[in-house]
Amino acid sequence: MSSPETKPLLSYCDPENPMDLKAYEAVGGYKSLHKALKHMTPPEVVELVKDSNLRGRGGAGFNTGLKWSFVPQGDNAPKEKYLVCNADEMEPGTFKDRLLMEGKPHQLVEAMIVSAYAFGATTGYIFLRGEYKLAERRLLDAIAEAKAAGYLGNNILGTDYSYELVLHTSAGRYICGEETALLNALEGRRANPRAKPPFPPAVGLWGKPTIINNVETLSNVPHIINNGKEWFHGLSDSNDGGTKLYGISGRVNTPGIWELPLGVTIRELIEEHGGGMRDGYKFRGVLPGGASTDFLVEEHLDLKMDYDTIAKAGSRLGTGTMILLDDKTSVLGMVHNLIQFFAHESCGWCTPCRDGLPWVERVMEALKDGRGSPGDIETLEKHCRYLWIGCTFCALAPGAVEPLKSALKYFREDFENAIRPAPEPADGSIRAKARQGLLEALGQTN
Amino acid sequence: MAKVTLDSTEYDLPTGANLLQAALGEGIDIPYFCWHPALGSVGACRQCAVRQYRDENDERGMLVMSCMVPCTDGTRFDVHNDEDIVKFRETVTEWLMTNHPHDCPVCDEGGHCHLQDMTVMTGHNYRSYRFTKRTYKNQYLGPHINHEMNRCITCYRCVRFYDDYAGGKDLQAMASHNHVYFGRHEEGTLDSEFSGNLIEVCPTGVFTDKTFKSHFIRKWDLQSAPSICQGCSMGCNIIASERYGKLRLINNRYHHDLNGYFICDRGRFGYEYVNAEARVKIPRLKDDGDFKDLTEDELSTFLSGHIQPGSKLLGIGSPRASLESNFALRTLVGSDNFSNGLTQRDSDLMSRILAIRAEHPANNASIRDIEASDAVLVLGEDLTNTAPRMALALRQSTRNEPMESVTAMRIPEWSDKAARLATFGKSGPLFAATPRGTKLDDVTTAKVHGDPVDIARLGYAIAHALDAEAPAVGGLSEEESAFVTAAAAALKGAKQPAIISGTSLNEGKLLDAAANVALALTQQDKPAQLAYVAPEGNAMGTAMVGGMSLERAIEAARTGDYDAVVIVENDLYQNLLASLADSLFEGEITVIAIDHSMGATMDKADLILPAGAFSESDGTLVNFEGRAQRFFQVYPAEAAIQEAWRWVRDLMEFADQSQANEWQTLDDVLFAMEKDVTSLQGVAEAAPLAAFRAVGGKIPRMSRRASGRTAMQAHIEVSEDKPAEDPDTPLSFSMEGSATTPPPALLNRYYAPGWSSVSSLNRFQDEVGGPLRGGDPGVGLIQSPGDASVSFYNHVPEATRLTDGQVLFLPLHHVFGSEPWSASCPGIQARSPGPYLAVHPDDAGKWGLEEGDLAKIALDGRDLTLPVQFTPSLKAGTAGLPVGFAGLEGASLPTAAAAPTRGIES
Repeated sequence: MSSPETKPLLSYCDPENPMDLKAYEAVGGYKSLHKALKHMTPPEVVELVKDSNLRGRGGAGFNTGLKWSFVPQGDNAPKEKYLVCNADEMEPGTFKDRLLMEGKPHQLVEAMIVSAYAFGATTGYIFLRGEYKLAERRLLDAIAEAKAAGYLGNNILGTDYSYELVLHTSAGRYICGEETALLNALEGRRANPRAKPPFPPAVGLWGKPTIINNVETLSNVPHIINNGKEWFHGLSDSNDGGTKLYGISGRVNTPGIWELPLGVTIRELIEEHGGGMRDGYKFRGVLPGGASTDFLVEEHLDLKMDYDTIAKAGSRLGTGTMILLDDKTSVLGMVHNLIQFFAHESCGWCTPCRDGLPWVERVMEALKDGRGSPGDIETLEKHCRYLWIGCTFCALAPGAVEPLKSALKYFREDFENAIRPAPEPADGSIRAKARQGLLEALGQTN
Repeated sequence: MAKVTLDSTEYDLPTGANLLQAALGEGIDIPYFCWHPALGSVGACRQCAVRQYRDENDERGMLVMSCMVPCTDGTRFDVHNDEDIVKFRETVTEWLMTNHPHDCPVCDEGGHCHLQDMTVMTGHNYRSYRFTKRTYKNQYLGPHINHEMNRCITCYRCVRFYDDYAGGKDLQAMASHNHVYFGRHEEGTLDSEFSGNLIEVCPTGVFTDKTFKSHFIRKWDLQSAPSICQGCSMGCNIIASERYGKLRLINNRYHHDLNGYFICDRGRFGYEYVNAEARVKIPRLKDDGDFKDLTEDELSTFLSGHIQPGSKLLGIGSPRASLESNFALRTLVGSDNFSNGLTQRDSDLMSRILAIRAEHPANNASIRDIEASDAVLVLGEDLTNTAPRMALALRQSTRNEPMESVTAMRIPEWSDKAARLATFGKSGPLFAATPRGTKLDDVTTAKVHGDPVDIARLGYAIAHALDAEAPAVGGLSEEESAFVTAAAAALKGAKQPAIISGTSLNEGKLLDAAANVALALTQQDKPAQLAYVAPEGNAMGTAMVGGMSLERAIEAARTGDYDAVVIVENDLYQNLLASLADSLFEGEITVIAIDHSMGATMDKADLILPAGAFSESDGTLVNFEGRAQRFFQVYPAEAAIQEAWRWVRDLMEFADQSQANEWQTLDDVLFAMEKDVTSLQGVAEAAPLAAFRAVGGKIPRMSRRASGRTAMQAHIEVSEDKPAEDPDTPLSFSMEGSATTPPPALLNRYYAPGWSSVSSLNRFQDEVGGPLRGGDPGVGLIQSPGDASVSFYNHVPEATRLTDGQVLFLPLHHVFGSEPWSASCPGIQARSPGPYLAVHPDDAGKWGLEEGDLAKIALDGRDLTLPVQFTPSLKAGTAGLPVGFAGLEGASLPTAAAAPTRGIES
């Protein structure tokens, strides 16, 4: 049952041939704009979204309306306020925002206008992953059409609300997905995360109040305005409102992406939507919410894919796009691949992330190649502990070690098997030990 | 104060301060890298982690960075009690060391390296990382800074100092992950006048001192003494260090009211002339046009032939010589026959400053007072070039006003990135009127460019806008009027307004105008700060000693009334037109010149006597605010070199003066000076006298770990020489002596157990970033009279009127090049722009000049040919000439003269 009532986000979404403005309007597009701008005050929109319990779809799961309510208002507040759409989708295994932007660009444009209205943003920025060339073209077209139709610019729909929307394509770093690093990048600075406080709703882009929301999060807003909070709650099989875009990559029969009630089980996703494991492959584990979430295993298959349930199981819903591990794929290879990505994407600001992740990467590389040394597992465990939240400046490194930490828990034997026993030194002299160390570093046997 | 528990001990720590800084102040060792007392906290290195507990029942606690946590009453932390935290901190160092080379034994930083200290402190000693290290290519960063990026631990201090703090633009963090690179977009000399501070700011050996590298010595083998920079009138405190008779290194010496943690590159690198070929080491006599060395007896014979009781002697002192040398000379020749070596122009300016100071109620501002001000007016001075350290303070002052909104958001000022983010590049009020654009333009609220009289008129007008009793100024342009209105409003609205002017434009009315503005503010009960920049290291001191001007001295010499003239550390050709200086040597008069190096005046003298450079002498300088500060001899001088005042004392013997016997030590001169010169009362107290003893004896100039002292002379004599005596100071030329911390004025090295680097300075302050324990050195000789009933100065100058075809040549100053001794050092020379003529492009068009053309001008009877530099910020009708540059010595600026004509094409 694929109807706008149950699948608001992906209905009419067609990446081959997305709707232009006319077609979009014909299926109710930009209706929320008329409703909100003409019949609702901004605080009413904020209240509605808050009550709908729309939680951030970028990974952190914060209540969207609540976030908007932090923007200072009134005469003493800065006149310029910004809405930034985080469309820097770079999490390995995640491709949900891309679908929304390529297949239904007007939905995001509409969402960015109506959400901006809620807290009085004067300019909106879509911070788009640089590689999303198709999305860039389609969004630019949609923005131009919306502008021509009077949905953007001065006095939108004849009201006294004025708003501009700008598309910015990223020069490309994963850390730009971190919202304060994104702001720095947008300003032309190094993409290092910012110190908090101040938080972006108070001091954000160009020092002004700024709200940063994910593509999927924003895309829900027009539908909430059109259909109300009860409808939104009803879409979900969990305490949180709405549908969710769920994706699967890995060796299932039909990998893909689906819009489903928030709270579908992992098993249903794999079996019904992913078509089950491919012949000859057995399920071994899953990163439920993208590359920076903890592995879940067989015992977790019946868990609901909602924020709280997955968190209780020790992982995170993240972006809701899962990566499967099968029995023919090397755990070590997979973890190494992920860590390699994160180590490379560290911004280089704080020591644990900058210098710790490359060490983990090197150890994982050795393990993957069967060159592990005694003590490597302890080194990895130390890093899982000391790259955790609080030890680092932002959440990149803690996210990076989540797959590793859980792999050590669930697949420890894979690690142990990759370690060669320490060769006996020819004699106990320091010189012999040093030689041994050198050979090991070079990956050679004695 | 907040009651904060650290490792089960309760401390009273300043509420709101960051825990790291407060704990360091209590002597608690918490390792750190990215935090710096002047740069604040950013939480990047993660080295200073501690465990914070919510309340008494909390047993798990939370790992936090102590640099990012404010001290709050009732909070509890574990620093060393918690094993996991200790292990985490060790791991942070282990991470940093994964890529750090193990080259400490051959690294310039080894032995005074913060990274070494922190590695020992965290206990990381065994390397378990078994993989390869990343390597970088280094860059050529100019003659002063050596770059070795492989050593970098990516603490970001360099760019935070260079860009955020000092306003530099050409040092950046580039690339990312574990390959962040700190350097320039391409090789080349670092542009900032403060680049040398990178050496001390960098916690390891990425940025090191290239001049030091060329004659490197380990920190513990250096013989060091506290000194005062002679490069300008700021009086920044420095530590000068030597070995084997060579001056090798200048480091910052903390002074809370003056230089704080930073000095400029002129001060740090402009010392190499001390080791140069041009030094004079033996008395020499002009014989048939050439100099020949004199033995002691020959010198004695010569002097007894030329100086006798009753000889008529003329003395020419110097604004760069110590008070003692000037005073000794004045005593030798008698005050009626003494010139303090200031040109008539400088002499008038300095007298005016002293006169204003004597009656003006505004606070006599220190550099720290300027830094703490929240609205500043600069009249005339291009501070980056005439008083660099004050320019750096001024840059910080522009953060004060926007910081109020940050504090209102409850973001602590020390949370540096957050605070800068919250102020978002906003600058507080800084109003500057200068001949042309300056390096402070990026933080200047409004600026006007004009000739010195224009600028003085603006000052008068601002005073009038603040107080109608001050004289009014007519005929201002629209731009000028807007500037006046805005500046007056900003100063009036400030909590602590400051006015800075000085002597660099040679316009006395600027001083009066600044005084009027300060007076208008004082009368509105504002704590107005008034600062005047003086021309040289001891211009203020020599002005206080008094005496006739240089020009009058030369006039006197030409009367034929004098048998001999004694010139102390003054190269007349730097300050006067050559034709005027020449006339001194034309008569029968015997010229005795005492200086440390050869120069035009020494070349022409009959007898030259080798004086100690600042590193070979003791003495007192008075800085721009009238603070007397003592500099100390670093090492025994070679051969016959001695302090200028000692040479003068030796001359007294031949004149049969009693002081020849009475003046055995520096203290004897100081006491005599206090007795004879009323304005110098208290000058002896600038530092402890020679008789001062710390527990255990004299204060050793060498470190307790100095090696090889007994072998230094071994190639000459196997037995060790007795260390040289120092009758003048409480310091010894030795490693033996008191092991206690000397009083601040005698502090010659920063070292504390576990802290070998400059970071150990924390151990010498009661509160980190506060005054030195025992009080910052020096003694103020000028007190503001407080509520004196001074009235506004009424003589508003008329705007400059030029006749047709004339242009007004203005003096332009350069931090590298305008001070002759530093400018003679090869590195400084390389950073100096070289002589040029600055013209407004519109004027150039009128005169048919292109940028880079050679232009001809006639100035004071000299024909000069100079390359043209377009300077759009100059007021049309004015042109600029760099002060003190080759060919321009002694130029009397500002001067109206015929417009330049085109010379040869370049």
